[in-house]
Amino acid sequence: MALATARPCGDFRTSYAADKTIFPTRGSLIAALVGILALLALPLVLDRYGLSLLIYIGIYGIGALGLNLLTGCTGQISLGHAAFFGFGAFGSTWLSNKFGVPVALAIPLAGLMTTVVGIVVGLPAARIKGLYLAIATLAAQYILEDFFARAEWFSGGAAGAHARPYELFGFRLAGESAYFYVVLAHLVVLYVFATNLLRTRDGRAFVAVRDHYLSAEVMGIDLTRYKVLAFGISTFYAAVAGALMAHYVGFVSSESINILLSIQFFAMIIIGGMGSVMGSLMGAAFMVLMPEGLELAVHALRSTSWGDIPQIVNGLAFAKEAAVGLAIVLFLIFEPQGLAHRWRLVKAYWKLYPFAH
Amino acid sequence: MSAKVLLEGRDISLGFRGVKALRHVSFEVREGELLSIIGPNGAGKTSLLNCISGRYRPSEGELFFDSRPIGSLPTAARARLGIARTFQNLALFAHMTVLDNIMVGRHHLLKTGFLRGGLYWLGGAQREEIEHRRRVEEIIDLLEIEHIRHAVAGTLSYGLRKRVELARALAIEPRLLLLDEPMAGMNLEEKEDIARYIMEVNDEWGVTVVMIEHDMGVVMDLSDRVIVLNYGEKIADGTPQEIAESAEVRAAYLGSADAAA
Repeated sequence: MALATARPCGDFRTSYAADKTIFPTRGSLIAALVGILALLALPLVLDRYGLSLLIYIGIYGIGALGLNLLTGCTGQISLGHAAFFGFGAFGSTWLSNKFGVPVALAIPLAGLMTTVVGIVVGLPAARIKGLYLAIATLAAQYILEDFFARAEWFSGGAAGAHARPYELFGFRLAGESAYFYVVLAHLVVLYVFATNLLRTRDGRAFVAVRDHYLSAEVMGIDLTRYKVLAFGISTFYAAVAGALMAHYVGFVSSESINILLSIQFFAMIIIGGMGSVMGSLMGAAFMVLMPEGLELAVHALRSTSWGDIPQIVNGLAFAKEAAVGLAIVLFLIFEPQGLAHRWRLVKAYWKLYPFAH
Repeated sequence: MSAKVLLEGRDISLGFRGVKALRHVSFEVREGELLSIIGPNGAGKTSLLNCISGRYRPSEGELFFDSRPIGSLPTAARARLGIARTFQNLALFAHMTVLDNIMVGRHHLLKTGFLRGGLYWLGGAQREEIEHRRRVEEIIDLLEIEHIRHAVAGTLSYGLRKRVELARALAIEPRLLLLDEPMAGMNLEEKEDIARYIMEVNDEWGVTVVMIEHDMGVVMDLSDRVIVLNYGEKIADGTPQEIAESAEVRAAYLGSADAAA
């Protein structure tokens, strides 16, 4: 009976619930759970630097997922994502500093506040498409940037705003190892929510609007409603990410909320995979880790005999900046569907190993 | 055929600047019947269908669905009334699976919003998905597309995509099904299949069908009634038999003896 332990050669589902599951096999479910457990244990192993990188990945991953729901899933381009990230950051500090709202509550509240702003931006945006929408959202980015710089009552103006450390039921969760859990909790909840959303009615409506808006309308989908809804949900994600960043760094400055950050979010979803939930996280990881990896390489080169040549070392430091652009171009050419697609190919290969051909 | 009128068009005109796509077209579609619209290219057949489905708004005239005026309703609202359509050029959601494409058709029947959808297990979204999946499987069964239900729509062959589009329209649970050239570009075998599905939907499920089709054999065999358009005007309306014998229709298609002379 050695065969009893072998998996059947096909993937047989016997109920509709099983057919719609997030985890297609028991193995994948176990892998996900073990993965989360391993993440929970990471603060015991990693140093502060390693943890801070993971925290950044988590925060940008949440923000990138928001943009992916809007751009990747609903097909509405936005160049103003950083502005909503910033609005969430300032909103959360404003709520907690001015009104004494506990930080744990201020973060989702700032998300809701920003959602209102996002809907206001989304309402006119729902009537325009493509390049015109890109410019309209760019305008939103500049208007909000200007607002952050001037509205001292809200953002502290040019001086910026201090953010209180994260507190939950009177416990202070500051420092990398504690804050890592805070980000992880937000990340898991928001990623599960998005995954579920995309396999139910409104998520399908988003993709329908993206793929063929004319027939989406014929199917009874109200285009304006869903475009605005996508803007709302996307800005909520951006704002929560921004708020998490604010309470991690402890300070928000209006200068850090610039168009470059919007472009970086865009790079994350292109590199990770448009319309893919996990791709958003992969893209965020790539964008956080790539400069660090290059930094390490530059560092390593300094210790060799070439390290004495300033042209090479300085040039490499400069090339590190340019590498982001290069990465986007390379992904657009060689893997336009992003890391998520590459991951699917890897899984498909191992599924049939060693009989794959 | 004295069934009640499901759709009525009164004096429909449609103009794009100078071009008159439809001129004072009046017609009736009775509950349960299969009506074909024929006519030479550019006669205004698809324009008429677009007026019914809401893509275009007639510049004159009024449409009544189930005795209520629908001329000013937005497209999405008409789907909720039970008007479904397929397109002449494929209009599937190319990156979705066949199942998801069909489930989109059930959009107006599903109740879960984004909050309950995101919570999936808690708000009843899962239960609702499974309930509707049963019905979707019946449609899949009818159209014999079981083998591709998990395939991504954009990867399918032309004939299969046409079938999936029909399935998606059926998922709306339409009372009125508008088909824009359901058999264009198909071989004989595929045409016979589609004809069989349309008949089954019409006879067994009681769905009223309005179909644009160029294949005269199909039109004459399937239709209860035929409307002929030419240059935006209705030139004939009757049983297939009557249409086949109409001198005016023959003139429109083949050119009249006078014009030739």
